[in-house]
Amino acid sequence: MTRVAVLDYGMGNLHSVAKALEHVGAQTVWVTHDPALIARADRLVLPGQGAMRDCMAAMHSEGIDEAVHQALNTKPLLGICVGMQALLSHSEENGGVAGLDVYPGEVRFFGYDLQENGSRLKVPHMGWNEVWQQSHPLWQGIPNGSRFYFVHSYYCVPDTPELSLGSSHYAVDFCSALGRDQIFAVQFHPEKSARAGLKLLSNFLNWHP
Amino acid sequence: MTLAKRIIPCLDVDRGRVVKGVRFLDIKDAGDPVEIARRCDAEGADEITFLDITASHEGRETTLDTVRRMASEVFVPLTVGGGIRRIEDIRALLNAGADKVSINSAAISQPDFVKAAADHFGAQCLVIAIDAKQVGPSRWEIFTHGGRKATGIDAVEWAVRMTEDGAGEVLLTSMDADGTQAGYDLALTRAVADAVHVPVIASGGVGNLQHLADGLLQGHADAVLAASIFHFGQYSIQQAKHFLHDQGLVMRLEES
Repeated sequence: MTRVAVLDYGMGNLHSVAKALEHVGAQTVWVTHDPALIARADRLVLPGQGAMRDCMAAMHSEGIDEAVHQALNTKPLLGICVGMQALLSHSEENGGVAGLDVYPGEVRFFGYDLQENGSRLKVPHMGWNEVWQQSHPLWQGIPNGSRFYFVHSYYCVPDTPELSLGSSHYAVDFCSALGRDQIFAVQFHPEKSARAGLKLLSNFLNWHP
Repeated sequence: MTLAKRIIPCLDVDRGRVVKGVRFLDIKDAGDPVEIARRCDAEGADEITFLDITASHEGRETTLDTVRRMASEVFVPLTVGGGIRRIEDIRALLNAGADKVSINSAAISQPDFVKAAADHFGAQCLVIAIDAKQVGPSRWEIFTHGGRKATGIDAVEWAVRMTEDGAGEVLLTSMDADGTQAGYDLALTRAVADAVHVPVIASGGVGNLQHLADGLLQGHADAVLAASIFHFGQYSIQQAKHFLHDQGLVMRLEES
């Protein structure tokens, strides 16, 4: 029995995440901030979309920050997009926002004068980009360098390079997946990344760290 | 550069059926939107755009239901546009499973709408849709009501203002080119793409695969939107991607 709690704090499209998890075989998906359900779930998904300040404020007011800290080291957690950024200590967004501080590190802005080989790159970084993997069970069956769907203007810079589990390039090399122990977090949207994304979600459901 | 250019098939949907207007007028039935979206996903579409051209009040429930069914079966980004006038319309579409919404006339009739929507939902899910017609040398104006009503607003200035207000992407349609199959308005596309810091989707006028390449290479677009060339089986999306790849463009080629 796989019971997944998609942590709901009112930010972003949770329907997509829930539908994709069901599609790859999750028997029960709760989209919830109810601590009782979160406690009963075998694994957690921490999504996130929109501004970091609003995400963090909503996480605090819905008690999601507590739920994440309690779940650490007890059950697998998948962070997605701002749900990845929130794991770090600090973000530059909105004039500076404190994260959940699970890992030391900073979330940085790509900047509006992003250039590569003399041509300007658009921000947000939006679309399908390659992810170069570090060995991890969640990449199983996904060719190295597969493209995933990204949409973000800020990227994670963990203090500990060993935390990085995947990297991508957009004018700069940036960390597009990170984690340790029971945590795996990605900057892209696996629920919107066609076959590669569904495979990653399926691997998450079958992951026993 | 490793970010791929995107191919976005567009489904024009009227009362739950995919149709495509030629110059926004004649309508041909091309089928069930969920079935077509699933086919697009399987063929490697990078995103899918769903334009609700019914946009009547009673049509909203049908639209939400179609979006719900689509989002349960299609796992690439889904943009929905057409008749979005209120913050609640956006919320309902996102809750139904849309990843982005495209705002068109409401941005003109309510000048603070995009800003308010971006504050609520974030720039990543807000697309500003611009329908423009050429009105002079290197000058394009915004038109509403399917191209019938001039607004006097300069298209390039509007694109800059809306993206500063928080729109995360521009869907740019040339009303002159739309339906002609003679290619995108490349000068318009380039003028807007070079003026804004967010990605621009070229739309209107695609008749063959070279037009897609022109939109990306000469129009400086980040993504190309096309409807009829894919729906009526003229070209497959895979064929288009391989064609663009052979022209030196970075594409997502792995099949989904």
